[in-house]
Amino acid sequence: MRILIIEDDREAAAYLVKALREAGHVADHAADGDSGWNFAEDGGYDVMVVDRMLPRRDGLSIIEGLRTKGDQTPVLILSALGQVDDRVTGLRAGGDDYLPKPYAFSELLARIEALARRRRPGEAETVYRVGELTLDRLSHEVKRGAEEIQLQPREFRLLEYLMKHAGQVVTRTMLLENVWDYHFDPQTNVIDVHMSRLRAKIDKGHDRSLLSTVRGAGYMIRDQAK
Amino acid sequence: MIVMPAAREASAKKARQPPGQMSAVGRVFRTTAVKLSLVYLAVFSLVTIALVTYLLSSINAILTSELSDAVNAEVRELLNQYEIGGVLRVVTLVDSRSRQPGAGLYLITDPSGNPLVGNISDLPEGVVDRAGTSVRAVPYRRLSHETDANSHHVALVRVFTLDNGFKVLVGRDVGEREKFSGLIGEALRAVLVVTVLLGLVTWWFVSRSVLKRIDQVTHTANRIVAGDLSGRLSLTGSNDEFDRLAVGLNHMFDRLTDLMRGLKEVSDNIAHDLKTPLTRLRNRAEEALADTGDPERAESALEGVIEDCDSLIRTFDALLTIARVESGNQTIALSPVDLSDIVGEVSELYEPLADEEGVELTTSVAGEKALANRELLSQALANLLDNALKYGRPAEGPARITLSVTREAGAVLLAVADNGPGIPETDRGRVLERFVRLERSRNSPGSGLGLSLVAAIARQHGAPLVLSDASPGLKAIISLQPA
Repeated sequence: MRILIIEDDREAAAYLVKALREAGHVADHAADGDSGWNFAEDGGYDVMVVDRMLPRRDGLSIIEGLRTKGDQTPVLILSALGQVDDRVTGLRAGGDDYLPKPYAFSELLARIEALARRRRPGEAETVYRVGELTLDRLSHEVKRGAEEIQLQPREFRLLEYLMKHAGQVVTRTMLLENVWDYHFDPQTNVIDVHMSRLRAKIDKGHDRSLLSTVRGAGYMIRDQAK
Repeated sequence: MIVMPAAREASAKKARQPPGQMSAVGRVFRTTAVKLSLVYLAVFSLVTIALVTYLLSSINAILTSELSDAVNAEVRELLNQYEIGGVLRVVTLVDSRSRQPGAGLYLITDPSGNPLVGNISDLPEGVVDRAGTSVRAVPYRRLSHETDANSHHVALVRVFTLDNGFKVLVGRDVGEREKFSGLIGEALRAVLVVTVLLGLVTWWFVSRSVLKRIDQVTHTANRIVAGDLSGRLSLTGSNDEFDRLAVGLNHMFDRLTDLMRGLKEVSDNIAHDLKTPLTRLRNRAEEALADTGDPERAESALEGVIEDCDSLIRTFDALLTIARVESGNQTIALSPVDLSDIVGEVSELYEPLADEEGVELTTSVAGEKALANRELLSQALANLLDNALKYGRPAEGPARITLSVTREAGAVLLAVADNGPGIPETDRGRVLERFVRLERSRNSPGSGLGLSLVAAIARQHGAPLVLSDASPGLKAIISLQPA
């Protein structure tokens, strides 16, 4: 993936670029709003990571400029302002995701990959498949092989989100935001309990477990045989 | 002519003040009250002067015309006498009249100009030559036995000529008139001086009492600025505008004191609750760096570092959210929401956890709508549930947590109740403050910000948060406004 990072903190940006390259992506860095705009205008990026407060040109104005031009490149906004209304402002300006600072790199990487996935075809798939696990989005039927699995509505949405991002790390915050639509941090890790319940339902009694915990990052569903 | 002495009086009074009192006097003179008073004084003086001047000139005119009438009448009478008895009769008459004391002035000169009879010793040149029908004012000196150098007077005179060249002068001294004017002038001067003095004295006392109270306000404010928050304004009990001002300011000072105390407590707590994890963080980083030759140990130390960072970030987030919600300048959007949805979603989020921990989580919800912000209210509810799960366990027997929504007298009550040890009544107010953690929960994880955040969110909803006794257990109730 080609990723553009517009971030004025050079140290943070250098770390990001290095880490993204290590993760196998191509990353460009612009250190202020003006050069960021020039990079972005040239296009060709799969995802852009834009800091909200930049010298010379505000991050939100860059995004608005791109959207006005019809550029739909997914944008992840980084910001020290993390309140709900800040998030709303950011998303209204045309951002696709909003990550408050400080963030964990694993969180950022997971979100970047999720954003890139959004663009790929297959969004309209009605049946998600991971190995022998299938999820029918219309009939709400979940099967592992021939065996039907009964899920609560929330468990279904949880699995649906995981399978949509199959092969990618999904963080706890991403799950909270996308499955529960909560943007606060529950003090206890309630998500883990939900996940272990889900895992019990889909993996129990099978040799190969599909749902795995990624240490320090989150969860991933994938067919380990592949 | 009359204004000058008054002005001199004022400046003289100012100059007479001893130098040590100059600053006090200066302050009095700089007050608005005194400035205004001085303007009134000036206007009053001017009006008085104008009035008296007008009075004086009117009286002067009346007296002058009366004197002229008297002179003219006497002239007519002397002319009559002349027709009856000729010059001799006139001379005799004038001679006798001029010897009488009084205001009458007479002089008869022969055709060559030498005085014959009369009571005038000195007249300016040519007065007698200008005979006519008009009455003129001339200076003269009266003939008397005592030679008085200062006996120069002014008189209104008329001269007429007899057929044989004799000239007769008849006049009236205007001394009475001058004396009268002088008296009025004196009176005016006295009145002005007394007015100025009385005015200054009054204003001195009035503005001193006003200044004293304003100075007290300034002094108290300065003390508070300097850091002594105990100062308060005293009340006179008269309930005048100063008392009302003092009451208002005292309220403000009380609020300020509360805020300062709150700030101090919070900063003390921040110092403790952030420095402790920061120290731990530092220790772990050092441990990771230490060359123990054990990569696993370094790794676990680094994982601990990240954990500590995350908990610090959480604390900061909670603090920021509380600050944001409490500042209240960004009013959150409240809209009618179905509380059964909010309660259902949050309890669904926590249900697996409660189940795992052996806590029975029940909801009893009537489909009530209330004005709320879904995200914030969910967060508050999640915090309350979290607290109940952490601290609301009974010592023995099954733990129960009940989420309920009930309607009561114009409010929708959202309640979270547990059957744990509860919170002693004396501590219920305190636990809502930032970083306050009760002794028995000191050792369990938590920032001490959960309930503060709930309280802040409730405040933002205009919904009182009440902690009450669920006997046994704690019941937290948020009274929301119905939609």
